[in-house]
Amino acid sequence: MEKDIEALVSEHPFFANMPQTYRSLIAGCGRNTFFEADALIARTGDRSDWFYAIRHGRASVEIHAPGRGPIIIQMLEPGEIVGWSWLVEPYQWRFDVRAVEPVRAIAFDGACLRGKCDRDPVMGYDFMKRFAQVFVERLEAARLQLLDLYGSPAR
Amino acid sequence: MLTAPFRVRRNRRESPDTRTLELVPMEEREIPGWRPGQFMMLYAFGVGEIPVSISGDPSRRDALTHTVRAVGSVSRAICAAKADHVIGVRGPFGAGWPDRADGRDLLFVAGGLGLAPLRPAVYAVTADRGRYGRVLLLVGARTPETLLFRADMGRWRKRGIDVQVTVDAAAPGWMGAVGPVTRLIDRAECDAGAAVAFVVGPEIMMRVAAEALERRRIGLDRVFVSMERNMHCAIGFCGHCQLGPAFICRDGPVFPYAGLKRWLEVRNL
Repeated sequence: MEKDIEALVSEHPFFANMPQTYRSLIAGCGRNTFFEADALIARTGDRSDWFYAIRHGRASVEIHAPGRGPIIIQMLEPGEIVGWSWLVEPYQWRFDVRAVEPVRAIAFDGACLRGKCDRDPVMGYDFMKRFAQVFVERLEAARLQLLDLYGSPAR
Repeated sequence: MLTAPFRVRRNRRESPDTRTLELVPMEEREIPGWRPGQFMMLYAFGVGEIPVSISGDPSRRDALTHTVRAVGSVSRAICAAKADHVIGVRGPFGAGWPDRADGRDLLFVAGGLGLAPLRPAVYAVTADRGRYGRVLLLVGARTPETLLFRADMGRWRKRGIDVQVTVDAAAPGWMGAVGPVTRLIDRAECDAGAAVAFVVGPEIMMRVAAEALERRRIGLDRVFVSMERNMHCAIGFCGHCQLGPAFICRDGPVFPYAGLKRWLEVRNL
């Protein structure tokens, strides 16, 4: 069973070029998971014990605005990561995440991974660099969305 | 070049603040010849004149088509013009999109109203689809409600254009991408070593799009942008639209980004 997860981890772009020994260790904290379309993967404020590597399907990151209802602020595609709240205290989801179509993903136990990263800081550093890339991409995207790129009066 | 009177034949709503007008000449005049990427000066009598790109199908010569967002007094007056209303027209002006993409992959990148100046070029490509490799149209908009030319997108997909849309935010039910248009560029499948890109949108959007294209190894000499500046005379006399050594109205509005980049980096220019 664990070998299956290891194969799935090896195929996922987030873990590309990671040493096999690390992938094996990380796979030990993972399991295969599935969400039906419209299922809530994460809810704002809930404890964040997991993160997900999407294999198939797409998931929307949503924020609830009073009087406006939910607003989709990002659409996550296959090959992307759902969730970083498991990395930083107080380990709570900051946004809702919803499957907009059936989603197959690898679910990782955050506490299990934090423990392994603490015990093997070299692997932990490799892992953090990958998450740093995710943070940077999402921060840049958020800044561009804040700029209201399409709003100024072009022709 | 003198202003000629044109009659509004049709005024169609594209989004809450954007209209597409079809204009036909009066006084037995003919519609002037034009190329995709060129613009006209539209005059709302008694209000003022603004530059507006031609947004219609270049194979149709029965009317001039312009898409206008109501943002100022002149554009509001033009958007409000009903059928049979008369609008003054001068042009066409400027250089159009270059005809340099034969056999290559072609990326159209449009932000917001930027799809309007690209639309004639997309029409031209669909009419001669075999001349090009992969053709992608990457469109960014604020919300699904502000997307322009949605009916066209379906038709273009059927003609072999890979149309991808992203919005900054959406209500549940939206199934497309959400995020900046640069994300579409990062994922675009194309032969980056030879691909040509045409980019139109607000200046900040064109800059970040050009940076994303350069990261994909699409050389900036193969990235073309359509610039917007304060154009008045449209023939390079008044100097209002000068950017570095170039007059946007006369030398542009389409430029290779490689030559323009250093001037766009000068603050307050």
